[in-house]
Amino acid sequence: MRFYEYESRRILAREGIPLSKHGFAQSAEQAKQIAADIGGPVVIKSQVLTGGRMKAGGVKFADTPEEAEAHARDILQLEIGGHMPRGVLVDARAAIKQEYYAGVIYDGFRKLPTYVFSDMGGIDIEEVAETHPDRIGRGHFSTILPHMDFRAKDVIASLGITGSELGRLTPILSNLARLFLKYDMTLAEINPLAQLEDGTFVAVDAHMDMENEGRPRQRELLEELGVGDEETRAAREPTEFEIKGEQIDSVDHRGVAGNVTEFDGNLGLVIGAGGGSLTLFDAVRRHGGKPANYCEIGGNPSVSKAANLTKLVHIVARGVIKACLELGYDPAEKIAVFRIPGAWEEEGFKILEKYGVEYYDRSVSMHEAARRAVEKV
Amino acid sequence: MSGHHLIDEDTTFIVQGITGREAVNLTRENLDYGSNIIGGVTPGRRGRDVHGVPVFDSVAQLVDEVGQVPDGSVVTVPPTFTRDAVFEAIEAGVKLIVIVTERIPRQDVAQMVELATLRGARIIGPNCLGIIRPGVAKMGGIGGPAADTRKAYEPGSIGVMSRSGGMTTEISSTLSAAGLGVSTAISIGGDAIIGSTYAELMPLFEADEQTEGIVIYTEPGGRMEAQLATWLSENEGAKRPVGAERADRLPIVAFMAGRFMDEMPGMSFGHAGTIVEGKADTAAEKIKRLESAGIMVAEEISEIPDLMREKLGSVATA
Amino acid sequence: MPGIFIDVDIDESIRSDAEVAKRLEESCPVDIFAAGEAGVEVVEENLDECVLCELCIKAAPPGKLRVLKLYDGSALEA
Repeated sequence: MRFYEYESRRILAREGIPLSKHGFAQSAEQAKQIAADIGGPVVIKSQVLTGGRMKAGGVKFADTPEEAEAHARDILQLEIGGHMPRGVLVDARAAIKQEYYAGVIYDGFRKLPTYVFSDMGGIDIEEVAETHPDRIGRGHFSTILPHMDFRAKDVIASLGITGSELGRLTPILSNLARLFLKYDMTLAEINPLAQLEDGTFVAVDAHMDMENEGRPRQRELLEELGVGDEETRAAREPTEFEIKGEQIDSVDHRGVAGNVTEFDGNLGLVIGAGGGSLTLFDAVRRHGGKPANYCEIGGNPSVSKAANLTKLVHIVARGVIKACLELGYDPAEKIAVFRIPGAWEEEGFKILEKYGVEYYDRSVSMHEAARRAVEKV
Repeated sequence: MSGHHLIDEDTTFIVQGITGREAVNLTRENLDYGSNIIGGVTPGRRGRDVHGVPVFDSVAQLVDEVGQVPDGSVVTVPPTFTRDAVFEAIEAGVKLIVIVTERIPRQDVAQMVELATLRGARIIGPNCLGIIRPGVAKMGGIGGPAADTRKAYEPGSIGVMSRSGGMTTEISSTLSAAGLGVSTAISIGGDAIIGSTYAELMPLFEADEQTEGIVIYTEPGGRMEAQLATWLSENEGAKRPVGAERADRLPIVAFMAGRFMDEMPGMSFGHAGTIVEGKADTAAEKIKRLESAGIMVAEEISEIPDLMREKLGSVATA
Repeated sequence: MPGIFIDVDIDESIRSDAEVAKRLEESCPVDIFAAGEAGVEVVEENLDECVLCELCIKAAPPGKLRVLKLYDGSALEA
């Protein structure tokens, strides 16, 4: 789950990382007030969950509170990448001596979190990795031993940074690593981490992602930030159907039932396993079908027309049929194809037989089942 | 447990969370298949039995009363309690842990893997169905009831590694129907961090005399396929016994699901591990990497046996 | 709401047996049984969650409890 910049900043502040003077505004008037309080040149930044704000005109500079107010008014109405802004951030614009990058992510190879640090901040770290790989320092740290600041120091020093800079940067990167673990983040980055003319450092922009699986135990932080359970914060705004799926899922933690994603199509998929769902989705498209949704078990049965199930299949068959019945549909009409490839197939077949649903066993491949379902719709 | 086989007919294991909904059937299915489950753990349920398997409050208590440290443990407790259950097994000296539970926070997975590494234990999963050596033993829910398992998994020559539990069976069933059969199949788990990756399990397959080729099921997201490609290019094939007739590098066929996801960056489908975070994790990019490492990528599951035969044929004539 | 797919048939002779009720409550992984004041209570909304594990059949005295599969008319019993 992605955080807005203003939320990410609050998390940084909570963990003792210095920030430039700023405020979050949801109206142009509020923005003006914040600019007046800051008392100097400011930057107005759109608060949207997408990149490319600068290019889209979502970041503007102002020298006076009045100018800040006018910019805020424009930006608050500017849609960026399909998202309307949640508000604007009004940030003090100080003279910057040098920009750094500080980040923490997981390394799936080593199965440990890793610091990523660079003295080339302000641009995408992927770009730095491609053009100046020698300007990036990395290093892993333990998830079970207490954080050891020297590990962060080593990463920073590996870029040749020494003197007071090294002393000031080490606690910032260390605190970032600590909060990464404390809040179940999968990404925590400060970019740029700016060194001001007086030598001090402040975070000027931040980006954080919390893992969905971690949300239940991060309630305290989420409540403090005002993030509700219904906010999925996916890359795309959720549809009503997807939110419903999320609700169904959250009611009952046993297994996955939900993770619904809706598409513009006519063939519903209800699928008993994550991998099978990906395979079937590709197969339906390959045969010219238009999937209406992506859903692992359960979901809104009004679109359930095809099902491929691989796990606890008799239970899933019961669920799909029950849902059809409850909504007053005839399962035989509503379900185009049901394929059961293995475990618990006998029980599944008996249930489907009773309700007159067309079903296949493993002798019909997933691709073939998809083709038949597409033909039938 | 001996040598390069994760499990054999003598492997003993326990089920943690044995009184749960999935575990009770998993226990019966494993027993029916011939596996040796020597006990189960559910705190507060000491003294009960599940299909004849005695239940204890803790792993230490089980070890004490049964009189031996099990070789392995299948962990099926809810996500909130999984980390502690796995720590408990590792600290009791268990060396092979299959984690079935899904939706475990990534940090917890990293912690479990870190402790396992420190203690010399191996983790399979999380979010997996376990391991099977057809006709020998299985550990986990892989294949379902014993009768269904026997139909889908016939003993044979192909090793299977899959990020999806269900697709492990789908692919194995296809290989069995085609007469190739399966040597060992491992459902490695669908999460972003897993205990054992393709590349980490490769040496076991390469050292196994029964395995002639490998099929992997893969998805967008993560860098595990890149790791496998790198491993293949950087490591010599396993040293075969003198006189071995086949090449020391096993032929590999891959199946890539979720090609549609390339059009939807940032969305996660199917498994937690599928979220595409950069260009390198897209399906298209992974297919390229795999192919450049000499791995053939199948478009449909049903093509896999023919592709494998083609590869095996070219090895035999090489 | 009774189950669409599953029902349980409990012999009258064990209905009020507190000991059996407790064993059934403990054995069922999907909470179909509850030990109430009057003995064995069936939690109807959980019936369709049954995973056919047969632990309740083993927990009850032989022949006194059957799991009915409403979709094919068959039953699981000791």
